[in-house]
Amino acid sequence: MTKNIQTVAVCGAGGTMGAGIAIVAARAGYTTIAYDMQEDALQHSYEQTEAFFNKSVERGKMSELERDAALANLSSTTSLEGLAKADLIIEAIFESLDVKRDLFGKLDKICPDHTIFASNTSTLSITEIASGLGRQDKVVGIHFCLPAQLMKLIEMSPGENTSEETFQKAWAWAEEAGQTPVKTQDKPGFILNALLVPFNNDVIRAIEAGVAEPADIDKAIKSGLGYRMGPCELLDLIGLDTQIRLCEAFYPITLDPRASAPPLLRRMVAAGKLGRKSGCGFYDYHQDAMFGG
Amino acid sequence: MSYEIISNTGSRSFPDGDTFLDNAQAGADVAIYLGGASGEDASRKAVLIELDLECLGEHTGENKGDEGSNCVGFARYRNGNDDPSQLIELVRQPKTNEEAIATAVEVLENAGFDVVVCSDQKGRIIDRLVRPKYNAALRFLDEGLATADDMDLTCRLGLGYPVGPVERVIRGDLARHHDISVNLFYETGAAGYAPARRAVVAKRRSAE
Ligand SMILES: NC(=O)c1ccc[n+]([C@@H]2O[C@H](COP(=O)([O-])OP(=O)(O)OC[C@H]3O[C@@H](n4cnc5c(N)ncnc54)[C@H](O)[C@@H]3O)[C@@H](O)[C@H]2O)c1
Repeated sequence: MTKNIQTVAVCGAGGTMGAGIAIVAARAGYTTIAYDMQEDALQHSYEQTEAFFNKSVERGKMSELERDAALANLSSTTSLEGLAKADLIIEAIFESLDVKRDLFGKLDKICPDHTIFASNTSTLSITEIASGLGRQDKVVGIHFCLPAQLMKLIEMSPGENTSEETFQKAWAWAEEAGQTPVKTQDKPGFILNALLVPFNNDVIRAIEAGVAEPADIDKAIKSGLGYRMGPCELLDLIGLDTQIRLCEAFYPITLDPRASAPPLLRRMVAAGKLGRKSGCGFYDYHQDAMFGG
Repeated sequence: MSYEIISNTGSRSFPDGDTFLDNAQAGADVAIYLGGASGEDASRKAVLIELDLECLGEHTGENKGDEGSNCVGFARYRNGNDDPSQLIELVRQPKTNEEAIATAVEVLENAGFDVVVCSDQKGRIIDRLVRPKYNAALRFLDEGLATADDMDLTCRLGLGYPVGPVERVIRGDLARHHDISVNLFYETGAAGYAPARRAVVAKRRSAE
């Protein structure tokens, strides 16, 4: 029987997803090592984490004792050697096959044989990330949703060479950490993005085809289907530039025309209409008025 | 604003017993045709024609993009054969007069509905957008991407949907999903509307 997971390392913990994943692990009682190549990003994440736990205490979601214990579980490092004792490593670094392979390649030489390597990739193949690595049987996909510290869902994917034992250990860890895992094959977009990215493109194409204004589409979807958010609101939140990046990751692999970036999406991004982050997308956030596609 | 129901040969929007039917008044400014019938009446502020899978133009005729009158199409959204929702999709043509649209919106909002306006294209808003997603989910199920329950759970937890796509399309009746999809596929030729195998199976079994 191999060692149970006690120590979790999060790579890219200075970033959006990594910081949230580190919170999940530390909160659940795991010794958690936050690793990033940027010292200042790690520091910033730590401050945000403290503030997050303080808010949780204020809202009665955790006691002061639990907060102190969670913070005590957390340590930070910019040295890869500092990850040598991890039983589970979750990477949430830049979305690049080369960068992720390079990281796992280095960690392979540092970590003991039993260490599981997990990737939080949204668009890459788990099998491709594991390819060429000595421990392909110990690589698994653990895809959190944004914001990771609040969202329970995890899409968990075995690569072609992932062992059942690795998958089960990762699954058990996710459950112990208070998450809700679902199993999906190692295919582009797993479940969530495989359904969402083409759907959002269909919405953009409908606007471009003059079917309806964004506000009417959102109202229809919310009223008729009970979705919490309309697709145009969601696209503005995700960022239209991110939507293009998702299309560019999926379309060349799947050749599904619904996954290809619609011309209106490209025009809006070229015009600086990226959504909330630029103040204007399908809606104008300066005047709270609607931008017609 | 009151409305008169001119003809009702069986409505998908307002099934028998719906209070909307009870509140109609003879001689009102707005005329409503339910269940596939249609007519024209220039003396009314608006003529509302209930649509199923067809376009408004099939009732009014079309004229090189210059079509439009006081006739407004509409359908209360139903997930297939599920109960009707509170949403009404209003359908306009390029030259539909604006007063007719405003009148239709007023009448239906006063009756308690959420109203959106869309152009006269197949599938209107919701079916145009959700049918490819349901077909994709059904195909993913066949291909082993994940279980139906896990796909639904993913959409509920990850996207805040009240019901996942597999549960929703099955609840609305796969044979009806097939018919809507085929209708859209015929018009658009887009592969996303080609009905998924499970919908075809359900349709064939329903015809037996
Ligand atoms: N943002 C989302 O909504 C979301 C959701 C699910 C999954 N993901 C995935 O999570 C990963 C991270 O995304 P993000 O949005 O948090 O990115 P981000 O840019 O906010 O953070 C990435 C962090 O990784 C660090 N980093 C990059 N390369 C590194 C390396 N070689 N070694 C150590 N640290 C390194 C960076 O310094 C940065 O702090 C990506 O794979 C992305 O696809 C993102």
